[in-house]
Amino acid sequence: VNAPFTGQPLIRAEDVAHLTGRARFVDDIRPEGCLHAVIARSPYAHAVLRGVNKASVGTLPGVVVVITAADFADVPAEIPIRLAPLAGFERFLQRPMATDRVRFVGEAVAVIVATSRHAAEDAAERLEVDYEPLDPVVTYDAARADASLLFPEAGTNVATRYTAGMGDADAAFAKADLVIERHMTAHRHTALPLETRGLIAHEEADGILRCWGSTKVTQWNRKALAVMLGRPEHSMDLIEVDVGGGFGAKGEFYPEDFLIPFAALRCGAPVKWIEDRREHLLTTNHSREMEATVAMAFARDGTMLGVRAKISADMGAYVRTNGGVVPAKAAQFVAGPYRIKDIALEVEALLTNKTPVGTLRGPGRYEAHFFRERLIDLAADKLGLDPAEIRRRNMLRPEDMPWSLGKLVPYEPASAVDSSDVPAAFDAALGALGYETLKEQVRKPQPDGRLHGIGMACFVESSGAGPSETARVELLEDGGLRLISGVSTQGQGHKTVLAQIAGDVFGGAVPMEAIELRNGAASLIEGGFGTYHSRAVVVGGSAIHLAGQALRAKLLRVAATRLQLRAEDLTLREGGLWREGGTQPLASMAELHAWTREAGEAPDATETFKPDGRTYTCGAHAAHVAVDTETGQVEVLRYVATEDVGKAINPLLIHGQAIGAAVQGIGATFLDELVYDADGQLLTGSLADYLVATATCFPNIETITLENSPSTLNPLGAKGAGEGGVVACAAAIANAVADALKPLGVEINHLPLGPDRLLRLIPEKAA
Amino acid sequence: MTPVEHLTVALTVNGEAVARDIPARLSLADFLREELRLTGTHLGCEHGVCGACTVLLDGEPVRACLMLAVQARGRAVTTVEGLAAKDGTLTPLQAAFQNHHALQCGFCTPGMLMTATALLAENPHPTADEVRDAISGNICRCTGYVQIVDAVLDAAQ
Repeated sequence: VNAPFTGQPLIRAEDVAHLTGRARFVDDIRPEGCLHAVIARSPYAHAVLRGVNKASVGTLPGVVVVITAADFADVPAEIPIRLAPLAGFERFLQRPMATDRVRFVGEAVAVIVATSRHAAEDAAERLEVDYEPLDPVVTYDAARADASLLFPEAGTNVATRYTAGMGDADAAFAKADLVIERHMTAHRHTALPLETRGLIAHEEADGILRCWGSTKVTQWNRKALAVMLGRPEHSMDLIEVDVGGGFGAKGEFYPEDFLIPFAALRCGAPVKWIEDRREHLLTTNHSREMEATVAMAFARDGTMLGVRAKISADMGAYVRTNGGVVPAKAAQFVAGPYRIKDIALEVEALLTNKTPVGTLRGPGRYEAHFFRERLIDLAADKLGLDPAEIRRRNMLRPEDMPWSLGKLVPYEPASAVDSSDVPAAFDAALGALGYETLKEQVRKPQPDGRLHGIGMACFVESSGAGPSETARVELLEDGGLRLISGVSTQGQGHKTVLAQIAGDVFGGAVPMEAIELRNGAASLIEGGFGTYHSRAVVVGGSAIHLAGQALRAKLLRVAATRLQLRAEDLTLREGGLWREGGTQPLASMAELHAWTREAGEAPDATETFKPDGRTYTCGAHAAHVAVDTETGQVEVLRYVATEDVGKAINPLLIHGQAIGAAVQGIGATFLDELVYDADGQLLTGSLADYLVATATCFPNIETITLENSPSTLNPLGAKGAGEGGVVACAAAIANAVADALKPLGVEINHLPLGPDRLLRLIPEKAA
Repeated sequence: MTPVEHLTVALTVNGEAVARDIPARLSLADFLREELRLTGTHLGCEHGVCGACTVLLDGEPVRACLMLAVQARGRAVTTVEGLAAKDGTLTPLQAAFQNHHALQCGFCTPGMLMTATALLAENPHPTADEVRDAISGNICRCTGYVQIVDAVLDAAQ
């Protein structure tokens, strides 16, 4: 492989360990003398917790200790908010364990530590806990009614309410020829990484409390843990090992991120906790559940004049670290990639006796794009416009850049789309689908007897969140490079991508296989912020780029002094150090390392990249579906998703992200659903009940990566690439199903779209 | 309440004979992971749906989380650690997974490889639909399966 490395579809250095069973996930680690924790959890959605009888299990074989909330009553143990600190949220934070009341099925009431997992589970089954059930709050209306309160001292189940907007929505609606308004809902589901959460904590002989299994934001989590445990940050490390998927859910600070380190300190031994799948479905963040009344105002020619949205999100029982992102981003993105300047938003977040929510890949966007794109199709139908044409008349054009999004998020400054080419991304999707031909074909009776439909949706998606990221690049004695980054990894392939970025700075003088990455542990580098909001490559990669440039400049300066040449006449490329126009290298990278040491300098450089705003990708999804009106089954005959990522560092990996995201999003639209009964019991507590896409579900997925609008906000031109595949899935699929069912007078305003739901909408005589 | 009856089990794992005295209730997956420290066999649900723990039992794919270790007495178990050659050379299937970017987080990968290995042993030239059917009991949350199907078809060439 020759430089430049970026832009090449390089296979991953990470893979061989996974392919041979030598990867190291948290459950693969077994420290000497390891104890095992199992967490006893509430079977009630809402109840007074009268007491936990530790003596009921304290003498069972293998039990070492039983920990309840009383054991850390003196600790400032509310889990803080990391993102989206909306006004009022501070009243509803979760403590690591229930104290006097349980508020969702699955809330921790005790930790049992034993010498084996078997012994701990046996004890958990026999633990006596005294509950007095209370009225559960399960629906939006019940939450608003405040008849049963989750936090009586707060006097309300409304965690926050706010309004936001830009322009003059009232004036825009007053002059509209057509207003389309619908009540719509998105359904509760979850990321479901294949590996559940897990932690091992141990205060080792050097006095450092180490926790393996942390991920995503290890630096922030260490700060939070330091406050809760009352010990200095530098006496602890949170260490990321291989992570079996995250998608937003894994790596936030959960109750167990306190409980397991606390248990390890209490026991003076390593303590391991591995979440089982039922626990995962009950306790790891849920997402996406919201209802919205959204209205769009149109002129007769299809011009979009304004948007109004009232969004109510079901937050579950507590406000967790980033739950507020979900409604706030749904509101911000409801106008989408269109030239709409008049927007009025009302947002509320409601508490219910369900599992708390957090972010899930494309948080709020999946929902918002569904709401808006459905309304656009309804308007196109009313106005007699082709759904492609009405979108083309309104979408953001390159000449509109940068496009102000206003200040629609209370806790963020105003934002703007940095660059985008929505028309190109839209044409690419419709062109690949063969829209102009297909739209005639689907109107004809089909030989398969099913109703066919086409759906399309456009999206805009933010990425590259700040605040900043720091990286260090070190030239090693053997001439290789070591990259140290504050980003974390849940399977994306950062080792390969960041090596490509660094390798290019050195002009290929260091081969790909000689570049190593160290990342993921809280202690590795100051100024690291982890991986979320598609920031690892955009911000973390830019920091690697800057640190590499600084090191390159240092090496050339050292070499110039030593050789008595001008630094600008020297360069690095394959083979090492070259004089411009020279026929052979002047030194290898290993020699440059030695020269730098001999000059009394450190052969490394550390730099921080602070982005001046977020990058925005755009794209479009287009779907061709066939609906069997007898069974309610939908087949996705073709699906095309495009995304303009600015600059594709590794097209192979971006393709993987895009396809994977699309199947996740389409699967979520038909299959994934967390169902609660009226008592607040989760009915989908196993993978036999909670369904996800399998290999036979959606075989016909195509994705197209575009590089039409490099970001102007970072040296790589890069934008996020992991979320665009998911954010418009509900929108495109719902529009396609609605298009197919239009002859039957069916509208699609509610998710998901499983056969049971569709059959309820399809008139009986049609079948 | 806690019958910790121990039994002796002797079987072949990746071509090597092993014998252990183990609790009767120990699953085959826990036996492989905890007793033999073969941690490539992953646990994603422990109720037989996700397929991450798939191993070969006398060549047939089985869920190691749904079997007791003692049920594997006298049988030959192959895990992901037993696929590559002793010198580290990957099988064509493993190599195809890398070349097609058929894994991201890697958690489902061992189970996928074992299922696909069994498929190719039985049907060396499957169609794409046959590959999809064969791996439909293995959940992958990262890839969307497209590249996994491509990899299996490539390995079958």
